[in-house]
Amino acid sequence: MTVLPVVRPEPRRVPRWVGSVGWAVVAWVVALAFFLPVLWMVITAFKPESAAETWPPKFIFTPTLAEFRLAVTGMSPFLIHSVLATAGSTILVLLLAVPAAYALSVYPVRRWRDGLFFFISTKMLPIVAAIGPLYVIALHTHLLDSIGLMIILYTAMNLPLAIWMIRSFMLEVPGELLEAARLDGAGRLREIGSVILPIIMPGLVSTALICVIFAWNELFLALNLTVTNAATMPMFLMSSVPQEGLYIAHLAAAATVASIPVILVGWMAQRSLVRGLSMGAIK
Amino acid sequence: MASVRYMSATRVFSKGTPPAVDALDLDVHDGEFMVLVGPSGSGKTTALRMLAGLEPIDSGHVEIGDRDVTQVPPKDRDIAMVFQNYALYPQKTVAENMGFALKMQRVPRADRDRRVREAARLLDLDEQLLDRKPRQLSGGQRQRVAMGRAIVREPKVFLMDEPLSNLDAKLRVQTRSQIAELQRRLGITTVYVTHDQVEAMTMGHRVAVLNQGQLQQCATPRELYENPVNQFVAGFIGSPAMNLRTVQLTDGGVQLAGKVLPLPATVRTAAGAAGLTELVIGMRPEHLHVTDGSGELTGSGELTGEVILVEELGADALLHVRLPEGGTPVVARTEGRKPPAPGREVTLHVQPDEVFAFHPVTGARLAGQA
Repeated sequence: MTVLPVVRPEPRRVPRWVGSVGWAVVAWVVALAFFLPVLWMVITAFKPESAAETWPPKFIFTPTLAEFRLAVTGMSPFLIHSVLATAGSTILVLLLAVPAAYALSVYPVRRWRDGLFFFISTKMLPIVAAIGPLYVIALHTHLLDSIGLMIILYTAMNLPLAIWMIRSFMLEVPGELLEAARLDGAGRLREIGSVILPIIMPGLVSTALICVIFAWNELFLALNLTVTNAATMPMFLMSSVPQEGLYIAHLAAAATVASIPVILVGWMAQRSLVRGLSMGAIK
Repeated sequence: MASVRYMSATRVFSKGTPPAVDALDLDVHDGEFMVLVGPSGSGKTTALRMLAGLEPIDSGHVEIGDRDVTQVPPKDRDIAMVFQNYALYPQKTVAENMGFALKMQRVPRADRDRRVREAARLLDLDEQLLDRKPRQLSGGQRQRVAMGRAIVREPKVFLMDEPLSNLDAKLRVQTRSQIAELQRRLGITTVYVTHDQVEAMTMGHRVAVLNQGQLQQCATPRELYENPVNQFVAGFIGSPAMNLRTVQLTDGGVQLAGKVLPLPATVRTAAGAAGLTELVIGMRPEHLHVTDGSGELTGSGELTGEVILVEELGADALLHVRLPEGGTPVVARTEGRKPPAPGREVTLHVQPDEVFAFHPVTGARLAGQA
């Protein structure tokens, strides 16, 4: 057996691993700082009410599901409203945003810049400024406190962002590919359906997810325009704060339950989300 | 199968700028392999895209098989195109990519599969590859899939836009001959765009040289090499490029490197008729012969200068020779075995009838064809 001479690399003053460990520490600290309140919420949810409000917080306690049981009672109508409003608006947003984004990117219509700016400008007005007129319109169209109204409003709320996102994904599709499709005989619908959409699918998923999160967590419109027939999960959280007595553990349990769907959806779409959100970043 | 005809076809990208393609008149015969060649910005790709229907035609006409297709959408022109970056649909398998156009034409599935398999066999594409996605293929395989997608359609005309530019040098040479051979076998009219004059010369039945949106010359490779109509074509065709120099006209020839380089009488007459005092001469590197001063060639022109650089190519060597009057060195092709060392003085001989002469202002060839 021959022994190969070992070539030692030049010694560095600061070993390479120090840098990577340093960054890992920074990443963990930042991640924990963001995660801590969530962790606190989840831990508190398992505490009995009496143990929830002590200071310093107790870390050793007998976990109980009592608060969850309490929190879940009476939740189902809110949950159903939220699911309907969120799913309905997200589907509607995608149905409208895909053709709109196409018309603003692949074959831009005349004055497409103005259109694009108009969409985003609707997000510049504080929503509080619009709530009065919205209320009056909803009142006269007999839509107050209805799921239909929430679907329309959440669609309007998320549509500009969705159009901007999907447009940027569509711009990434190489022009040659669309020309090849035209030569192959694909019409507009085919071009969108079998060429563009499969390519931007990760982007579409992340757009949908963001719409879901925004609609699910929306409180202001729901608070002002719904009472019982269309009240959503954030409304349920509000209502789980009692007039008197201790409620921290109860609220934490309700909030944990309310967060589960969003976390679940996000976790399932993780891969597409990362790919979709970074689609424009890597060229 | 069909012929292709450009009739004063013009494309202007924006008002006030010169046309990208300026009144192009070009006939491509049925079954012919026509290469459009030129430097970047010459309009060759735009001309191809006008034929494809991807670029509108601002004036003039384009005909495919005696049918005016100027206003016909791309899918109804019965053409197939191979793109520079292949433009394969990334989410579809190789078979789906190749069969997509047929699917659009509502060709039954069984028929489609058969034609895809036939095309794959024609291109030596392994059947196993048919179920792969484009990103799982090598560059050369992707190129063949792009070719296959065009072949499957059995179009009247193939359009190819620099299909070899993404391959490495060795594969490019190999694929070059495969495409030429395939075209001869299928006999489908082909319009091929490239900026590489070697590709143009080796593949084309005829080559159309474009520059700044204008057709310079359309002829067989041999004709382009031997009888370029102007200075641009002469400088563009041939590798290494022709040595071009502006020189003073004297009795019996031109003044170059302190000596008189004799020119044929026809050229002198033409120059005299045009009232010129100077002209541009062109000498191909392979027409400059090195001598050591012994064994004089009678009646030939003579250039003496110092070798400043030797490029070894194996079979040949290229000598860069600086003439006493300066300017860009003259390149001469010589036998590879014993090239003169740099720093040595050499004498180059050239036959007068192998010297091209061009008008110094218009660039037009003087005395035309000999």
